[in-house]
Amino acid sequence: MFPTPIEKRSQSAQLTYQAMVPLVLILWLLPLIAVAVFSIKPLADFTQGNYWGLPSSFEGINNYTRVFTDSPMPQYLWNSVLITVPTVIGVVALSCMTGFALGIYRFRGNLLIFFMFIAGNFVPFQILMVPVRDLTLGLGLYDTKAGLVLFHIAFQTGFCTLFMRNFIRALPFELIEAARVEGVAEWRIFWYVVLPLMKPAIAALAVLIFTFIWNDYFWAIVLTQGPDAQPVTAGITSFNSQFIAQYHLMSAGSIVAALPPVLMFFMMQRHFIAGLTLGAVK
Amino acid sequence: MTTASADGGWLARNRMTITPILFLLPGLLFFSVYVVFPIFQSFYISTFEWNGLGELEEQGRYVGLQNYHELFYYDRNFEISLWNNVRWLVLYLLAIPAGLFIALFLNQTIVGIRVYKSLFFFPFVISQVVVGLVFGWFYLPNDGLFDVLVGWFGIDIKGGVIGNPNTATYGIIVAGLWPQTAYCMILYLTGLNAVDPEQIEAGRLDGAKGWRMLWHVILPQLRPATFIAFVVTIIGALRSFDLISIMTNGGPFGSTRVLSFYMFEKALSEYGFRMGYGSAIAVVLFLIMLIFIGYFLWQMYQDEKALRR
Repeated sequence: MFPTPIEKRSQSAQLTYQAMVPLVLILWLLPLIAVAVFSIKPLADFTQGNYWGLPSSFEGINNYTRVFTDSPMPQYLWNSVLITVPTVIGVVALSCMTGFALGIYRFRGNLLIFFMFIAGNFVPFQILMVPVRDLTLGLGLYDTKAGLVLFHIAFQTGFCTLFMRNFIRALPFELIEAARVEGVAEWRIFWYVVLPLMKPAIAALAVLIFTFIWNDYFWAIVLTQGPDAQPVTAGITSFNSQFIAQYHLMSAGSIVAALPPVLMFFMMQRHFIAGLTLGAVK
Repeated sequence: MTTASADGGWLARNRMTITPILFLLPGLLFFSVYVVFPIFQSFYISTFEWNGLGELEEQGRYVGLQNYHELFYYDRNFEISLWNNVRWLVLYLLAIPAGLFIALFLNQTIVGIRVYKSLFFFPFVISQVVVGLVFGWFYLPNDGLFDVLVGWFGIDIKGGVIGNPNTATYGIIVAGLWPQTAYCMILYLTGLNAVDPEQIEAGRLDGAKGWRMLWHVILPQLRPATFIAFVVTIIGALRSFDLISIMTNGGPFGSTRVLSFYMFEKALSEYGFRMGYGSAIAVVLFLIMLIFIGYFLWQMYQDEKALRR
């Protein structure tokens, strides 16, 4: 292991290290901790200039209740769910198929198509913006959740194909050959042999895509407008203009908006990191 | 590859060709319609003066390369945006050494280290919108924690960090570095996990320690992690939009614009709907990105060739 394991160091070095880790962590998360403290303060603290001190009274329950009752926040959150979940399902379905085709079969253009997916996944959003907005308008899907979902599915297919294809490449190919010798039809090989082995990849992609889509802001403001279709990332900006300078509510709202991916991450940590670090180890 | 089942029908004989086509079709169709074609369309639209209403060919006016001419010769804001993109690119790369540094710091096995690692990773999971808001409050003039802290050293930034045209872009980049460093950290932690202990032992026997060990033994083994960190950081730097939009909305006095933001502003905000001009900005950004994409793909192609079975 590198650096040298701390257990091999002196007692005092170990103690110093154990004390330092939480300290550095607090420094690292200071902006977040500050916002968490903001969200339980009363408004009076801010008007009296007590921004960074301790709360003069605990108003957490009040503040968070107001986020849900005095604003369209529940609507925005629900929109985010209705955008994120179908996208995840759609992307996983499509990329399992493309990954299977590119990972198992040898045909001319295989690598070309694969590289096209990778390249597309790296392009700046702005080069797609005008035509995609036009297309969405033309389909009558502007300012709808469906319009966002369709685009997200298409765009994320690039990254997910890369992921799935490489995962399938790493599976033991003998399994597929054995099935072929047995005369199993190709689509059955996909369904009964490959797909069950892909469960970890599917889990990893699902949490990753959930986070990416939940946190998307650019496409939300390009393709949607009001509380009917906008997800919470875009909604939080109108929330903030509703409660301008009321930091206790703005911070509570931000925390609510940020929470779902955070929960997802802590519940599915192993899968999440496996997905994110794909390729970091050869 | 049509060796098996020569006795079946046409479908069975060609199944090794038909199956991949069928499996690729839906994904490829979606991807082409929403990603591949729009790239070419943007090139085309960039040769028009068009406000986005009606059909491009009917309502728009073909102007050839005039949009590009205007960009490069007359548009001061474009120049500012371009320079800010360079700042983002260079400074954002600091996330890589910073991430490595934190990963080395955390690569131990004390009680609770798993929880610490995931808490350090935390900023990456939060949406950039929230990161932007949080840092915006952190940077508030006079009341912001940052202003209070630097105030102790007698430093007073007029208008606050992001209210001052000289410091605003750097303030936003620091906010962006926060999640990006967390991302690089997790890449390196995974990489460090897989470092070959025998090579470390061999290095120790050769008397390598500390920095020399890191440079000559560890870093070469972390190459794949470094490559991915480089890819995601470059892409992230050129894609920066959310933070700018949330923290300064391009201001003060347009000093924090980058190409991605300026394009949006030109094409789709209150400053007018110049879709053709916006597309020209997008094309420039795309071409800059293409240099990096080309390099990434070339690298991946080399790996692919090495892996061929």
